[in-house]
Amino acid sequence: MTLNQISVFVENQPGKLQQLTDVLAKNNINMRALSLAEASEFGIARIIADSPQAASDLLTKEGFIHTVTKVLGVIIPDTPGGLNQVLHILSENNINVEYMYAFLSQKDTARACMIFHVQDTDAAVNVLAANRIACLSPEAPAL
Amino acid sequence: MERYYQPEIECAPVEQIKALQDERLIKQVRHVWDNVPYYRKKMEEKGVTPEDILGTKDLHKLPFLTKDDLRMAYPYGLMGKPQKECVRIQSTSGTTGKRVVAFYTQHDIDLWEDCCARAIMAAGGTDEDVCQVSYGYGLFTGGPGLNGGSHKVGCLTVPTSSGNTERQIMFIQDLKSTILCCTPSYAAYLGETMKEMGLTPDQIPLKAGIFGAEAWSEEMRRDIQNTLGIKAYDIYGLTELSGPGVSFECSEQSGMHINEDHFIAEIIDPNTGEVLPEGAKGELVFTALTKEAFPLLRYRTRDICVLSRKKCSCGRTFIKMAKPMGRSDDMLIIRGVNVFPSQIEAVLVGAGYPANYQIIIDRVRNTDTFDVQVEMTPEMFTDNMGEIKTVRLHWKRACGPCWGSPPKSCWLPPRRSPAAKVRLSA
Repeated sequence: MTLNQISVFVENQPGKLQQLTDVLAKNNINMRALSLAEASEFGIARIIADSPQAASDLLTKEGFIHTVTKVLGVIIPDTPGGLNQVLHILSENNINVEYMYAFLSQKDTARACMIFHVQDTDAAVNVLAANRIACLSPEAPAL
Repeated sequence: MERYYQPEIECAPVEQIKALQDERLIKQVRHVWDNVPYYRKKMEEKGVTPEDILGTKDLHKLPFLTKDDLRMAYPYGLMGKPQKECVRIQSTSGTTGKRVVAFYTQHDIDLWEDCCARAIMAAGGTDEDVCQVSYGYGLFTGGPGLNGGSHKVGCLTVPTSSGNTERQIMFIQDLKSTILCCTPSYAAYLGETMKEMGLTPDQIPLKAGIFGAEAWSEEMRRDIQNTLGIKAYDIYGLTELSGPGVSFECSEQSGMHINEDHFIAEIIDPNTGEVLPEGAKGELVFTALTKEAFPLLRYRTRDICVLSRKKCSCGRTFIKMAKPMGRSDDMLIIRGVNVFPSQIEAVLVGAGYPANYQIIIDRVRNTDTFDVQVEMTPEMFTDNMGEIKTVRLHWKRACGPCWGSPPKSCWLPPRRSPAAKVRLSA
């Protein structure tokens, strides 16, 4: 089970990220998770939204360069060693993690969610399923 | 005291110079007709033969050469001597991805170095001087030209080439360099750096500077003269004609004497091609009288300029040209390097990028800054940071052959880019 992450090109200048969040806010798009990767002159804002299709359409309409990427929303117990267990499984199956970021839920304090971008997404989905590790689904991209 | 490298010609009566030009022009037109089919064809198309050229009064009958001709004849089409007689090339950027390549026989180099030697002596240079050449060496003409001129004068030549400011200053201080040759912006930068180091003009051994290859104002001259404690002289030239030393300033520091025994200058109306009278402002056109390997006749420089034969206090009789006041094309000179927007576009398109870009040019502390911002497109964008950086690296590499050092390129998001407005066609 994978999620559609929206990756947006953002200039590395004051106010540029805010222009993006402004458009999302005005159109009532809620971000479940956000991570910002930066190079010297630009950044990539990676967003998990509750409706990726609506978010993507909106960004196209507003002229934001973006792309949709498949990522895994892995649910882990919010306890010491929770992440380690997942990484151990990926490692044993030789799956390379390219980047990851976390988000927590206030409603569900027992669990956290890690967004993973891996080299071979399909292999990762199968490996996690085989080990009974739950992932978020596109229909409910939240804890 | 005014010094001359070749006073017998530099201070010759104007009539004698003109007679020499007539004689040399007749000979040069014959040489070109016999050895450069590309130009011969242009002459034939205009219905002109060498017999029609009896002196400079007939110069206007000859067809012009432009940078487009150089591009079309690239690389060997305008070579005037068999390759085995040519010993060197120098090169500058062209209007598109291709460069301009000029050829030299040993004789051409010898005369070019004479011209540079005249410039160094006009700036007060003698064999007692230590001359630091901080122009780039290599394809750029600045370093090799002034290096040769400095040898001819007999200066102790310090071939530092450009860059490495700390080392430049170390040599100026340790070797007691008295003459500095570089671009005016680099001279200003050296001056600022030495000032920051706490050096006052009287602690800097330099006494003169020969600065060219880019435009500079009288205000900048004052700044450089004050911070370095020198007299700053302008020098002009084009790779197409040899390099620096086509013309140079004397002690009067008011315009550059054109080496008229080697070059005939004309001012034309850039729109009609009509020759304008002395004193009129127009495009500068040069005819190389003595070049063997790359003998350009009526080459349009695109520099807008004025000529004056007013008597000069230095004693030289060569006609003087003002500092170029602009261009009749869109060429930009950035840190001494010629850059054409059309060339940037050619490089972009050639490397598979969209032709939407913005050129941002500024001058920070007397140094030009050059940035080409390329529009990011949905096709180029990916979630993979590494891939985007690779694309940028390719773009920088693509720029390398044209300008030596790549621009500090960066990405523009399309919506906020006025790209359509700056888009230029080649």
